[in-house]
Amino acid sequence: MTPLPDAIDAAVIKAFTEIPALLERTPDLITRGRFLDCECRLGPTDRPFHASIRAGRIVDLTPAPMLMRSWRFSYRATPAAWAEFWQIAPKPGWHDLFALTKRGEAVLEGDLHPFMAHLQYFKDVLALPRRHFAAVRS
Amino acid sequence: MNGQIEPMIGRYVHVEIDGEMHRIYFEESGAGIPLLCLHTAGSDGRQWRHLLADEEFAKAFRIIAFDMPFHGKSNPPAGWSGEEYQLTTARYTATIRAFCTALKLDKPVVMGCSIGGRIVLNLAIEHAAEFRALIGLEAADFQTPWYDTTWLNRPDVHGGEVCAALVSGLIAPQSPQASRMETLWAYKQSGPGVFKGDLYFYRVDGDLRGRVETIDTKVCPLYLLTGEYDFSCMPEDTRRTAAAIGGASVTIMEQLGHFPMSENPEQFRRYIAPVLDDILKQSASIKPGVHV
Repeated sequence: MTPLPDAIDAAVIKAFTEIPALLERTPDLITRGRFLDCECRLGPTDRPFHASIRAGRIVDLTPAPMLMRSWRFSYRATPAAWAEFWQIAPKPGWHDLFALTKRGEAVLEGDLHPFMAHLQYFKDVLALPRRHFAAVRS
Repeated sequence: MNGQIEPMIGRYVHVEIDGEMHRIYFEESGAGIPLLCLHTAGSDGRQWRHLLADEEFAKAFRIIAFDMPFHGKSNPPAGWSGEEYQLTTARYTATIRAFCTALKLDKPVVMGCSIGGRIVLNLAIEHAAEFRALIGLEAADFQTPWYDTTWLNRPDVHGGEVCAALVSGLIAPQSPQASRMETLWAYKQSGPGVFKGDLYFYRVDGDLRGRVETIDTKVCPLYLLTGEYDFSCMPEDTRRTAAAIGGASVTIMEQLGHFPMSENPEQFRRYIAPVLDDILKQSASIKPGVHV
């Protein structure tokens, strides 16, 4: 049975809130981001989060909007896109951050330098819920 | 000696391309119909190592993979003084034909992937009679760009890391982790600006829309195979291209992406074996009685 849109939205929001803890349990990924300090906006298109990253750790993840909070880049995708992206074996065209931008399900904005200079880091951080999403949704 | 030695042998051949000598590295194995394999942009001939080591294919085919100039173990030519590398349609075509001439290959089969798939289409347009069959993997006359190539070569972003990270998404999720990492390693090792220079051909100079209609598959059979997870050259790009060519064979490969021969060699073999078998059958009058 296909979950209702509201249920998908809630599951995606919950999955995002779990990412900082999942990252803490992935020390190799933190090591890869050790030179990264960045304010960015990540999450569902209409309900993104402000993420503060310091030395590869997400030290703060707060739902937007936040008054006068700046960000360098933003990557937002539809809840349906995140839900498909986080499947163990996503469908073709839903399996990569750039596959989602190409198909118009995600938007990449702002100063892209920190994102591109740490591209595999961000791909892997944003894929962290993949192993846990089914459990989160249930 | 206890170590396992793989069957392919690597050598260098000196090839004149557009009046300039190049020292080209190539590996080969097997005997029979020449099967020349072209690597993707920003990588090298190591992508074909599993095909080169395939004992069954090697019974009927002389499998050859060379590193394009500036790639792998093929250095830039001696006259290069640091100017920006930029591959063009004419240069790529001349390189392949010069290599075939240097090795005296008699009507080879050419199989190319990505930029190699695109140039195969150009070979079919301009030089079909020189080839026994052409195989385009992840091939189309054109595909919509999905990133700005200026990110690939700039001093404030590590070129190897960003090139590998970009193409990592083109590998199917089902591909084995070891093969995924090996595929990406070649991108991490590529020379500065080489991937970007290859994409000049792919993005700017090599648009074949409006030209593929002239391909005559009766002169040279054309096989197009594309992985379902390739969102760069998407299955619909290949289907659109094939629809304009009478008699082209199209296969969409499940659980494969943009690098079928290296990201999941076992899965790729399931798809390429029937193609090679078909080519063998068509060549039966030349060399009968060999089957893969």
